[in-house]
Amino acid sequence: MDFDLTEDRQMLSDSLTRYLKDKYPFEARNKVAYAAPYHAPDRWAELSELGAMFALAPEEAGGFGGSGFDISVVFEAMGRALCPEPVLGALLASRLLSAAGADQEALLAGTTKYAVGLGELEAPYALDLIETQARPSGDAYVLNGRKSAVYGGQVADIFLIAAKLEDKLAVFEVSADKASVTGYAMMDGGGAAEVVLEDVPAKLLIGDAASALQDAVNAGIVALCSEAVGAMDVLQTMTVEYLGTRKQFGRPIGSFQALQHRAVDMLTEIEQARSITIKAASELGGPDATRFASMAKNLIGRAGRLIAEESIQMHGGIAMTWEYPGSHYAKRLIMIDHQLGDTDFHLSRVIAA
Amino acid sequence: MDLSFSAEEQAFRQEVRDFFAENLPSEMSDVVRSGSEMTKEMMDRYHAILNAKGWLATTWAPEFGGPGWSPVQRHIFEEEACRAYAPRIVPFGLAMLGPVLQQFGSKEQQDHYLPRILSGEDWWCQGYSEPGAGSDLASLKTRAVRDGDDYVINGQKTWTTLGQHANMIFCLVRTDPDVKQQQGISFILVDLDTPGIEMRPIRLIEGGHEVNEVFFTDVRVPAANLVGEENMGWTIAKFLLTHERTNIAGVGFSMQSLEEVKALARVVKRNGKPLSEDPLFAARIAQVEIDLEAMKITNLRMLYKAQKQGAPGPETSILKIKGTVIGQELKDLARRALGPSAAPFPGSLEGNLSLAPADHANDAARYFNNRKTSIFGGSNEIQRNILTKTMLEL
Repeated sequence: MDFDLTEDRQMLSDSLTRYLKDKYPFEARNKVAYAAPYHAPDRWAELSELGAMFALAPEEAGGFGGSGFDISVVFEAMGRALCPEPVLGALLASRLLSAAGADQEALLAGTTKYAVGLGELEAPYALDLIETQARPSGDAYVLNGRKSAVYGGQVADIFLIAAKLEDKLAVFEVSADKASVTGYAMMDGGGAAEVVLEDVPAKLLIGDAASALQDAVNAGIVALCSEAVGAMDVLQTMTVEYLGTRKQFGRPIGSFQALQHRAVDMLTEIEQARSITIKAASELGGPDATRFASMAKNLIGRAGRLIAEESIQMHGGIAMTWEYPGSHYAKRLIMIDHQLGDTDFHLSRVIAA
Repeated sequence: MDLSFSAEEQAFRQEVRDFFAENLPSEMSDVVRSGSEMTKEMMDRYHAILNAKGWLATTWAPEFGGPGWSPVQRHIFEEEACRAYAPRIVPFGLAMLGPVLQQFGSKEQQDHYLPRILSGEDWWCQGYSEPGAGSDLASLKTRAVRDGDDYVINGQKTWTTLGQHANMIFCLVRTDPDVKQQQGISFILVDLDTPGIEMRPIRLIEGGHEVNEVFFTDVRVPAANLVGEENMGWTIAKFLLTHERTNIAGVGFSMQSLEEVKALARVVKRNGKPLSEDPLFAARIAQVEIDLEAMKITNLRMLYKAQKQGAPGPETSILKIKGTVIGQELKDLARRALGPSAAPFPGSLEGNLSLAPADHANDAARYFNNRKTSIFGGSNEIQRNILTKTMLEL
């Protein structure tokens, strides 16, 4: 048994954490997070140089990682800094390109940006209900449909689109300039896009893609859970610091037992959140990956809400302000529950499994 | 025991319902329904519509221009206003300062200020909290020093709601620093045009601007603007807080939110079916509905008691705690129902595409904004302290 990070992962974690702390101080972060295109090209190139993308892919695909723990290290560091860069899109795409055995050097080097179109307005989470249609056209295919909330889609060069080809779920590659892309800022910063496909030419990447897509989603869930754990950790620390310094009634509010116990409940939930994330990361790629990804996402949804709401409440008005970093951590924690399946969706998956 | 409203009360409800149907402009209810920002012009116009009917100052006595309603009538009015998607009456002049002046103000103050509140000539805001005095309001430090016929005020107020629209502010200030905190506070009226006052916006978590900071530097205010005696401000503050807490349960708002969430769950899809057919989500809705049914009765029981006793008691803190939690849970469900469609930051999605169904694009923002309700007006922790002392006597 060993719950320590390997030396290599620890180094990656340290260098990413240091870099993000340095390059994404809070005000700079908010500028990138809420001003189009919700992405900083210089930062993106530097993240790639530091190995943030290479860590997401296995060696045979040109990376140096690709396991659940590698993904965790990258995204926990992102969560600590609330980094709004579209790494989630890169991760989802990397999993699909790996499954297809396709070249992904440009993705890992950060020179081509990928985003993955999974969810639709009427099928936000369940892959088997996807309605975007593909049909053959000459040597290639054309796609029709609309992909909603495509994370990182506002700056993507290439979309990987999940679509129905006859009865099977397939993955296609679409050049971003062929699709109708409407980008926007997200509630918690960073960008996404609506991608409308009307007879858009596409290249078939994976013909029978159900399991590859599920694996990509599982990897995305490990990433989001890790990001949440990083953000929770920071928000908890901020809250405890505030309890220790904010004085009312002549003493630090952290001296009131009513608040002490609530802070301890937050701590307990964060430990649980970390544990289930480690479990999901360890199962990624294995036969039980989907079940443990669902368990993790459910627990993270519940814990994230508790940490976000309790931290705001115990801070009082200050955490209701845009100027206070804690409010943005709280927003991220709440909005993570809206990505790749929420608390209830994954609970029903666990029940059905 | 009889839970039904009297025939008179039912007739009153119908009268209010008809009034809103005939007089509330649809552009106002549209703004309320979608949760977008209400302009000052719109709020003024809404007040004028109510004032023309004599229904603006719902808590005022008839001799001052109020309708003379009972607590139950006020409750019915609130319910119907929410049902019609009417804007909220801006409370600072009407619900807060008005009753204070009627109880503690001089004849001159009453004659001067009360009509101007009704006409909309004055827009009041509240100078209570300070950066160092939130839950512990009595520790406030903004200083007012008597100098001839004036007080000279220095200090800072914060969380001043809609101060950007106001021309007047009522403040709690420290007039005696050498006595027990509560005994050295005064209540004073300040014209915001007085030199030395600066108001700065505070941007909230969801991006909106509704609260402000107000800075006072050597601000000279006539001593005649003091309400009541010097150093009796805490008594007035406590009186005002009980008025701030009427309708704090927000039952009308929550009833409307519940209907909205149910309607939303019928139109959004999850797992190939309407979300309302998802057993987990349906259970969440049912649980809040149960809590709200109980809250309606709890609220009426306390109204009934207030009507009999003439004033609300300390148990209204229960309404604040449970009422805000129910309201927040409903905003949580609306956000949750949208799934990934809750993602866009309000206003950032350009063009014709939408994600959320009509009137729901602001639901995530509303959820975040609504977290304030368990913090303001005496945080829910402070309400628990009050209940511990007054009801449990611990």
